[in-house]
Parts: sequence; C-alpha cells; structure tokens
Amino acid sequence: MDTLMSLADGFHTALTFENLLLALLGTFLGTMMGALPGLGPSNGVAILIPLAFTLGLGATPSLILLTSVYYGAMYGGRISSILLNIPGDEPAMMTCLDGYPMAKKGLAGEALSLSGIASFVGAFIATWGLILLAPQLVKFALLFGPAEYFALFALAFATLGGVSSTNQAKSAFAAMLGLGLSVIGVDTQTGVPRLTFGEVHLYDGLDFLVAIVGLFALSEVFIFLEHRHGSATGAGHKVSVGRITPPWKMVKETTPTMLRSSLLGFVAGVLPGAGASLGSFISYSMEKKLVDRKNTFGTGDPRGVAAPEAGNNAAAGGALVPMLALGVPGSGTTAVLLAVLLSLNITPGPLLFQNNPDVVWGLIAALFIANFMLLAMNIPMVGIFTRVLMIPPRILMPIVAMVSFVGIYGISGSSFDLLVMIGFGVMGWLLRKLDVPLVPIILGTLLGNTMENNLRRAVTISNGDYWTLVGSPLAIGLWTVAIVGFILPLFLSRFVKARMHERRDDEGAISD
Amino acid sequence: MSDRIFGAVGLCLALFYGWATLQIQESFLSDAVGPKTFPLVIAVILGLASLVILLRPDPDPVWPSLARLAEILAAVVVMILYAEFLPIVGFLIATAFASAYLTWRLGTGPLQSVVVGVATSIGIYVIFKLVLGLSLASGPFGF
Repeated sequence: MDTLMSLADGFHTALTFENLLLALLGTFLGTMMGALPGLGPSNGVAILIPLAFTLGLGATPSLILLTSVYYGAMYGGRISSILLNIPGDEPAMMTCLDGYPMAKKGLAGEALSLSGIASFVGAFIATWGLILLAPQLVKFALLFGPAEYFALFALAFATLGGVSSTNQAKSAFAAMLGLGLSVIGVDTQTGVPRLTFGEVHLYDGLDFLVAIVGLFALSEVFIFLEHRHGSATGAGHKVSVGRITPPWKMVKETTPTMLRSSLLGFVAGVLPGAGASLGSFISYSMEKKLVDRKNTFGTGDPRGVAAPEAGNNAAAGGALVPMLALGVPGSGTTAVLLAVLLSLNITPGPLLFQNNPDVVWGLIAALFIANFMLLAMNIPMVGIFTRVLMIPPRILMPIVAMVSFVGIYGISGSSFDLLVMIGFGVMGWLLRKLDVPLVPIILGTLLGNTMENNLRRAVTISNGDYWTLVGSPLAIGLWTVAIVGFILPLFLSRFVKARMHERRDDEGAISD
Repeated sequence: MSDRIFGAVGLCLALFYGWATLQIQESFLSDAVGPKTFPLVIAVILGLASLVILLRPDPDPVWPSLARLAEILAAVVVMILYAEFLPIVGFLIATAFASAYLTWRLGTGPLQSVVVGVATSIGIYVIFKLVLGLSLASGPFGF
C-alpha cells in the first residue's frame, strides 16, 4: 500500500508539462540513437548529460530525460538488427539472428511490431520488478557500515568484467586504471594534493563526465575513421516495412516466450556485471532450448525475435535496481546514469529513497510513461526511424564528435577539458583495440572516492585495525562473493563468451 | 605481441604510479589510513594485472595499416587545434572547419563535406545556442 502511495506521488511529480515533454524528447532521441549503428545507449546518454546540465535541469527532469533515452535506445537497437542485420547497439545483437531472416521472408513489419511489443512487455515487467525489489534491497542496505560498503564496491569491480569480458586481467587493469584516475586531485580527508604534478587544473580531480564522453563517444569516432566504413549503412539498402501490426496469432504464440524472457532478463539485469547484452543472450538461449522443437530458431522464428527483445529491455530495468538502491551500477549505461546523479549532488543508495523520494518515484513513474510513449512510437511510427537509418555514419559521426565538444565546453568553458577529453578518446580507441573493457574504467573514476572514503572511515573507526574490513559476517559474505565472482568466469567464460561473441565485430564494442 | 607491449607499458605505469604516490606530501594531521595507502594498493594490483597480461597475452588484434593510423593521428591533431582555436575564432567558424574535415575524411566528397560541415555548425548553433540558450564560445565576431 505504501508503495502504491509513493507511486501515486511519483506520477504527480512526473505528470508535469515539462517532464512529459522531456520524456517524449528522450524516448524519441533514444530510439534514434539505438537504431543508428555506432551509437548505443551508453554513448547516447553520455553525450546528452552535459546538455542536461547546461540547460539547468533539476535532478528529476534530468533523470527523466536520460532514462527515457536509455529505455528508448533499448527499443531502437532492434530496428537496424531486423532491417539491416547490423545490431544498432550491443544488446540487439541477438535480435539479428531471427529478425533479419524474418525481414528477408518479407515479414519485416511483423518482426518490428512484434519486437516492439516484446520490448514493451519486458520493460513493463522490469519496472514493476524495480518497484517491488528496490525497497527490499534498500532495507538490506541499511545494515551496511563503511566496511561492508568497501566490500560491496570491491564486489562490483570483481564481478563487472564477469562473463562478458574476455580476459579477467584486462578487466582488473581497467578497474584499477579508473580507480587510479579518481585519486588525482586534492585528498578530501587531509587536503594534500595527490598526483597532480603541480597542474592547477587537476586539483579538483578529473571530471568524470569528460572521461565518459571521451571514452565512449570520441573513441567511436576514431573506430569509424579507422575503418572508414562511413557508408556501411544507408546506401544500397532498400528498406520496405510492409504491414506494421503483427497478426494476433503471432502475438498469442509468443506471449509465454515474452513473459519467461522478461523474468529472466530482469534477473540478469539485477545481477552485477551482467547488463542487457547478457539478458538478451540468455533469454534467447533459454527459449531455444525450451521451445525450439522444430529447429526453426535462426531461420526467422517470431519467438526468436520476441525473446531477446523482451530480455534486453527487462535487463535494462533490472540494472536500475542496484544502481538506485545500492549506488553500485551493474552495467555501462547505469554507470553513466550514476555519473548524472553524482554530478547533481545526489548520492544513490538507501538514503536516496528516504531523502529524495520524489526523485526515485518520479523517475519510476516516468519510466512507465516513457514505456507507453515508446510503444506508440515504435509501432505506428516505426517508419520514421527506418528513415533515420538512411543517414550515413560519415555525416553522423562528425555531428556526434561536435556535440560532444559542445557539451563538455558548455559545462566548463575551458579548452583544457577538451584536450583531456581528446586524450580519453584516443585512450578509449587503443583500449578497445586491445579488448580492454571500458565500463570498469568509468565505474572506477565514479566510485573511487566513495570507495576510498569508506575504507578510511572503517579503519579510522576501529583505530587503525585493518581486520575490521572482514569483521562482520556480512562483510565476509560480500568478499566471498567478490572472490568467487572474479574467479568463476575464468572457467565459465570460455564457454559463454565463445557463443556470445560469435557475431561480434573485432573491436571490443562498448557494453550496454 | 601487442599484449606483451601493453603489459610492459602497464607495468611501467604501475611503477610510475607507485613512485608518484610515494611523492605525496603527507600533512601532519592525518587519519589512520593516510592518503597513500589506497593508491599504493591500486598500483600493486595494476602491476599484477599488467604482469598477467604480459605473460599470458591474447591473440593480436587487427591493427590498421599505417595510412589509417595516420588518418586517426590527423583527426586527433585537428581536434586539438579545434580545442585550442575554439575560444579564439568562435564556435561557428571552428566547428564548421572541424566537422567539414571529419566528414571529408570519412569518405564524403570535398564540396559536399564543406556544405555538410557548415550546415552541422549552423544546426548545432541554432539548436543549442538560440533554442536551448547554451553558452558557446563566441569569437571576435560574436559567434
């Protein structure tokens, strides 16, 4: 009952003219970014953050705008998967398997509308999951002291590479690189400058927004320059959609698939280090095992389109749970959303639900609203977005680069930040070539300071005794999960990774 | 081979990071942990991870040809010039040049690139400055 009351308050917050307009804008931009190959949810959100700030939006409106983009991108990714056999973003990879064959059979419109419905079901169930699960997790999180938080952060880093990374040493390297960057600046506890080498610009620390936009958006521009596949899409593809409503029979047939995949996707999203790509992957694999009796998966089976789409949208919602309730994001895009919260001076975690209930519930209500908007946008109006696919990357990518520059310059007004951003862009390109995941770097720069403060607080409280870090059963439990979570993929990933990466391009694509 | 070089560079980075941490001036008022412990732990793990990468390298990625590499380098130089000249010549001019260059290098014809570059610049200016009211760099001519 409490929950419903809060939710009603949330709708009260979300249903203002400004917020509805932002949700509409966000869902539209998000779908477009998802649809365009090369722009995924994480770089889409990253480019828009600086804008949300310079526009002077408050906490709730900025979050509404950016999570609408997030949900929208999850919807949009499927469009180019189905029509062009090029995943618009990484989670939409699995949709290619059955979506493109369906389109080749002349069922493009059916595939698009069915996957739109599947996306809606996935996101809808996941938003309810968020409502039910997040408050429980918050109650649990109230038991955490500084030592437990330190262990929780360690757990996040240990599991982030997880099953989707190719090499645990490289994810560890990335996490340490991120944490190392976060140390730069004046020490918050003693006031001494650390690793600034006398550069005054660094005393405030590196702005993580600069790092995020550089690593995610600019590195993508460099990848395009490298291959010059500037005309990879658009030209030469004749896109015809046909009817844009699925036959009832098809919807009925795929309903159990959608429900199962949504639940599975949600769980995958909540787990640390999994994210939407894994959500769509395991949903597809499970459906294939469960219902593929005639071996039709991979040849244009509607269930093979519904499963990954429901899965990835549900995982997107699920990934918001640990981000909001614990302050520990489980995927790339939620890490970027965490950056938004931190820059707005809002610390996610249990206190967020107590101190800023309007932000949390407003956001959740906005997710419901955005989801309905997306359904409307993605079924009757899907034609608009198929036309967007005609913009060739050779024109799009320079716009992405310029908008990134504008956003960062708008925040700080200094050329120094732009130079740092270019540096991060080059670094991002190099690291992606070497298959080093970028998300742990972002998470490290975001969480580094909080992690260190918790460590120092814990040890200071116990008068310099480091054993306090493993001094409670809860902390020991978290450390155990962290260690197992780091070691297990060493054995497991060879199996999962090989199948998941079958259809992936050679650069480590940015995780969702 | 790439991973071995990467590991070696990472190891140097870890050593440098550790050395730089030891140079931190501690203040006389410090908490039990101090400002050095956390970065030192980072340096150690960074070094270990680099060592593993060095000793157990992945297969080499496909590196671009020298020409492509020069392409990326040139783009970086253009972006740096853009960052430096932005406050001097103003947003519209700098952006038109930079985006025309990038569009051209991504495979658009030269004339079309100029048109696209100018259009991109004006488009961003109109949306962000005139509609959304963002402050963009204004050069000597006020734009």
